[in-house]
Amino acid sequence: MSVASPNAERGVAVELTELRRSYGPVNALDSMTLHLAPGEFVALLGPSGCGKTTALRCLAGLEDPDAGTITIGGRDVTALPTNKRDLGMVFQAYSLFPHMTARQNVEFGLEMRGQDKSTRARRAGDMLDLVGLSSQADRYAHQMSGGQQQRVALARALAISPQVLLLDEPLSALDAKVRTQLRDEIRRIQLEIGTTTLFVTHDQEEALAVADRVGVMRAGRLEQLAPPQELYARPATAFVAEFVGLTNRLAGRASGGRAEVLGVSLPLLAGSGDGNVEVLVRPEGIEATPDPNGNATVLSAAFLGAHGRVTARTDGGEQVEVQVASAALPSFEPGQRVRVTPRGDAALAVAR
Amino acid sequence: MAGPVSQRAAVRRKQAIFRWVTVSLVLAFFMLPLIGMLDFTTKVRRGGRTMATWKTLMNVSEISTKYPALKEGFIASIGLSVITVVIMLALLVPTMTWVRLRLPGMSRLVEFICLLPLTVPAIVLVVGLAPVYSWVFYLFGESTLWLGLAYVVLVLPYAYRALDAGLRAIDVKTLSEAARSLGASWFRVMWRIVLPNLRTAVLSASFLSVALVLGEFTIANLFSRRNLQVAMYQLGKSDAKISVAVGLLSLVFAFVVLFAMSFVGAQRSGSRRRRRPLAAAVAPAPAGTGSVKEPS
Repeated sequence: MSVASPNAERGVAVELTELRRSYGPVNALDSMTLHLAPGEFVALLGPSGCGKTTALRCLAGLEDPDAGTITIGGRDVTALPTNKRDLGMVFQAYSLFPHMTARQNVEFGLEMRGQDKSTRARRAGDMLDLVGLSSQADRYAHQMSGGQQQRVALARALAISPQVLLLDEPLSALDAKVRTQLRDEIRRIQLEIGTTTLFVTHDQEEALAVADRVGVMRAGRLEQLAPPQELYARPATAFVAEFVGLTNRLAGRASGGRAEVLGVSLPLLAGSGDGNVEVLVRPEGIEATPDPNGNATVLSAAFLGAHGRVTARTDGGEQVEVQVASAALPSFEPGQRVRVTPRGDAALAVAR
Repeated sequence: MAGPVSQRAAVRRKQAIFRWVTVSLVLAFFMLPLIGMLDFTTKVRRGGRTMATWKTLMNVSEISTKYPALKEGFIASIGLSVITVVIMLALLVPTMTWVRLRLPGMSRLVEFICLLPLTVPAIVLVVGLAPVYSWVFYLFGESTLWLGLAYVVLVLPYAYRALDAGLRAIDVKTLSEAARSLGASWFRVMWRIVLPNLRTAVLSASFLSVALVLGEFTIANLFSRRNLQVAMYQLGKSDAKISVAVGLLSLVFAFVVLFAMSFVGAQRSGSRRRRRPLAAAVAPAPAGTGSVKEPS
C-alpha cells in the first residue's frame, strides 16, 4: 500500500497477527490482523468499544493478548514487557509527570536508557524545539495549557527515538482549534522523522486528515484498511460508509453491477448486492435543483459555512441529504419542490 | 436600602461572635487539662511556684542517670516509631499502587482489611498476638522493638486513609504507563514517579504513625515491654511530677507535629497546584474510622 513518508527507511514494520483479547464475554479483539509498513502512519478509527484502544495497548504491552503475535521490526515482542519494547506513547489523559519540569519530563526516557547528562540536555532541547516549546522548558505541567502539555508529551515520546510511536487519542481533550493545529503538527513531525506510527481516534476527520491509511474497526475486527480517499470513495461495507462521512440510504434495484436510484443508473462498487438493495450515496453525490415539477419536497436547509445542506423528502417517502454550495442555499426553502438526482458516482449497494 | 444592609451586618456580627465563642470553648476544652498539668508540675506544697521539675527534665544527663527507665522507654519509642513507619510504607505504598493499577476489583477488600484494626480493641489484639509474640520473644530475644510488628497493624487504618487520599489525587495508571513506555522498570516507576507524587501523603501517613506509636500504652504494657508511655506510667507511681511533665511534653509534641503537617502541605500547594495540604490528606481518617467502627 502507499507509504507517504520520505523517511520511511528509518521506520520499522509492525505486524499484529490474529490478535484476540476478551474481557469476560466481550471480544475486544476478534482475530485482528494489522500490518504497518516501515514509516507508515496508520489511524485506527471506530466507535467506542470497537477494540481500537485495546489493539494499541496490546502493541504497547499494556494489555496481554489472549492469542496472536506482535512483531516490531521482525522481532517477536508478544511476551516482552512494555519497558523493553522501545515505544513512544502519547496518552489521551494528560500524562506529564507533575513533579518534573517539561525538560525533565522529556529527559526521563533518556535517563532510563542511561544516557549522560549533557546528551540528555541536548536531546531534550532539540525535542522541545521540534514541538515549538523551548521557551516553556522549565515549566511544570500545571503551568501549561492542555495543548502545550500534549506537545511536551509528544516530545517526551520522541526523545528516545522509539521504533514505534503510539498515539492514544492524544487530541480528544483539546478544544477544536488547538486540536487541528496539533494534528497537523503531529503529521509534520512524523513525516520529518519517519517513525512508524499507530494513531487511535474516534474522530473521522482527524483520521482522514493525517493518516497514510485508515483502519475502520467494528466489534474487534478491521472492517476496512485503506488510504483515506479510497475509504471515503469506495467503502467496503455499509458500516464503513456510514461511519466515515454522511450517507443516504436510497432504495434501488441492482443487476449486473449497476443500480437504478431516483431514476439514474449508478455503477456499483465491488461487494455490492443484487436485487432489491439500498444504495449508499453521499450528500455530495447528489444534486438538487429547484423545480416545480421535481421529485422531492424540501424539509429544511442548513448553512454550514463553506457549504450548505438541504434535507428533502422524495415522493417515494425517502429522506435525502444533499450538499449544495453556500451561495445556492437561499433558493431552497422548506416546502419548496426540488429535483434531486444522483451525480453518477460509483456507490455501494447493500441488501434491503 | 439602608435597612437590609444594616440587618445583614448585624447577622454577620452575630455569626462572628458565635464563631469566636465556639473556638474559645473548644480551645478551653483542650487547653484546660494541659494547663492543669503545667500547674501541677510547678506547684510547691505550701504555695508558690518552682521550675525544678522542668529544669531536671531539660537536663539530659541528669534525667538519664536519675530516671534510666524513662530514657529506656523514650529510646524504645523512638526506635518503634522508625520501625513502624518503615514497615508500614514498605508494605502499603507498593500494595496500594499495585491494587490501583492491576487489581482494582480488590480495592474494597484491601480497604476493609486495612480498616479492620479500628474495630479490634487493643486488648483483643494482644490476646491474639500473645502466642505469636511468645514465640518471637523466645526465638529472637526479648527486645521491645518487636512490638513494631503489632504497631504496623495498629497504624494501618490511618496510614491507609492518608495514602489513599494521595493516590486519588494523581492519575497513577496513566503516569506509570507513561513511565513504563519510556523504559522504566517497576522499581523505577515506584521510586521516581509514584513516591515523589505521594510525598505529602507519605509524610502525613508517617506523622500519624509516629503520633500513634509515641502514645501507645496498652499493647506494650500487656506484653510487659517498656516504651515511653509505660515508663511514664511506672514513673507516675514514684515521681508523679516528672511523669506528668513528660506527659505534657509528649502531648505538646504531638500537637506541634499535627499542626506542622497542615503547614508543610499548605506551603507546597502554593507552588504546585495538584498538591493538597497534609491536613486535607489526613482529614478523611476520622470520617472513615467512625463509619467503620459503628457496626462493631
